[in-house]
Formats: sequence, C-alpha cells, structure tokens
Amino acid sequence: MSNTADILFRTLGDPSRRALFERLCRDGEQTVGALTAGAGISQPAVSKHLGVLKLAGLVRDRPEGRQTHYSAQLTALAPLNDWTREMAGFWEGKFDDLDDLLKRMDQ
Amino acid sequence: MTDAAAGTRSVVIEREFAFPPEKLWRALTQPHLIEAWLMKNDFSPVVGHSFNLRGDWGGVLDCKVLTVEPERELAYTWDFEHEDPAYNLKSLVTFTLTPMDGGTRLRMEQAGFRPEQKQASGGARYGWAQFLDKLDHVLAETA
Repeated sequence: MSNTADILFRTLGDPSRRALFERLCRDGEQTVGALTAGAGISQPAVSKHLGVLKLAGLVRDRPEGRQTHYSAQLTALAPLNDWTREMAGFWEGKFDDLDDLLKRMDQ
Repeated sequence: MTDAAAGTRSVVIEREFAFPPEKLWRALTQPHLIEAWLMKNDFSPVVGHSFNLRGDWGGVLDCKVLTVEPERELAYTWDFEHEDPAYNLKSLVTFTLTPMDGGTRLRMEQAGFRPEQKQASGGARYGWAQFLDKLDHVLAETA
C-alpha cells in the first residue's frame, strides 16, 4: 500500500469528514456555510475537516467573491481501487492454476 | 481525531469449474494440492489450525482456519506482517462452493483490513463498508 492510500484511509476514516465528502459527492459544489448547515458541527470544525480533505486531494476549493466553494475530487479515490485490482489479478491467476491442477488430478 | 481511521475492501472472484465440489474441495484443503495452485503451506482443514502460506517471492502469510464445511465453505485469515505498516495486511479469505450442472461455482472473497483497524471498533468497519457501498452508488449515478 502506498502512502497516498494511507492518507486517504486516514482522511476518510473520520465519520464527520466522510459525511462532508459524501455530501459533496452527492450534492455537488457547495460553500462552507451550506455544508455547515447540514453537518451538525461548527463552521470552524467544517473548515478544518475541509482543509484535511483538501490536503488528501479529495476536495478542491474555488474562491468566488467572499465565499469559497468546495467540490469533491473523485479521481483522488483511485488508490483505494488499486489494492482491489491487485488482489483480483492475483486471484484470477491462481484460479487459472487451480483449473490446470483440477485437470491434472485423479478423479 | 480518533484513530479509528481505517479502510476495508473486498475482492470477489467467481468462476465455474467443470469439476464436482468434492474434487474442488480436495484442491482447496490438501496441502500438496494447495501448493500446486496457491502456495507452499502447512494447512490442515481443522478450525483453529494456524498455518503459513509461503509465496515464491519469499513472503510468509500468517493464516488461521475459521470455517470448514466440507464441499461448501472454507475460510481462513490471511495476514501479512511487515515492518513497514504500509505493507501490513489483515484479511479474511472465504471460499464458497456451489454445485452446478456439470461443475462447481467457486466464489472467493477476500476482505481486507488496514492495520490501523486493529484499534477500530466493529462499528467503524461497518461504517467504512457502508461508505464504500454508498460511494459505489454515488459513482454509478455520477457516471
């Protein structure tokens, strides 16, 4: 596992951050104010979580006037799929070997 | 921030083999046969039995048998200890056999746990799995 994946796991391991990220995935770009309204935590807390998400590359911010708009960056999730892909490839290969073995085995 | 930070992912591979469950079961549970398709091992089909799988690359997996239901289901842990936590792996491998016309469907699921999750509660694991499920839906809708 790469460091990138560790950071992603750590970042999304926090339920509040995960909830914020999910909302951005679901509802699209939003301001800190709009996110705070449904978050059940204070605006500074939301901002702090957004900062961590941004460091992990999971959100992008776009200043517009006095507001900052946040959006989810789904491409940042790619490393999470790597392990799955790697292991799936491993098992597909092993299943090929298993099939070969079964053909060689006595009934 | 709590240290319940962790992630799990499942890998599921399914394939139909043109052989009866009995034969597949032997390939999954007899050490010399396991070695022929998977890895060197000291496996024994006994719940609670601890064994190692030794890969060609020199890696050694620590395993423990959790389920033995002849010709139906076999499950064991599949852990890899590494000094670099980034390579640590705790996972559970479950083989499920289903008889079909003229063969057997074999399903392998490997559920992986990140090392940080040793401290995590079951709830956190569930939350993570749920998150990935939801995310799949989100991604499907976005695509």
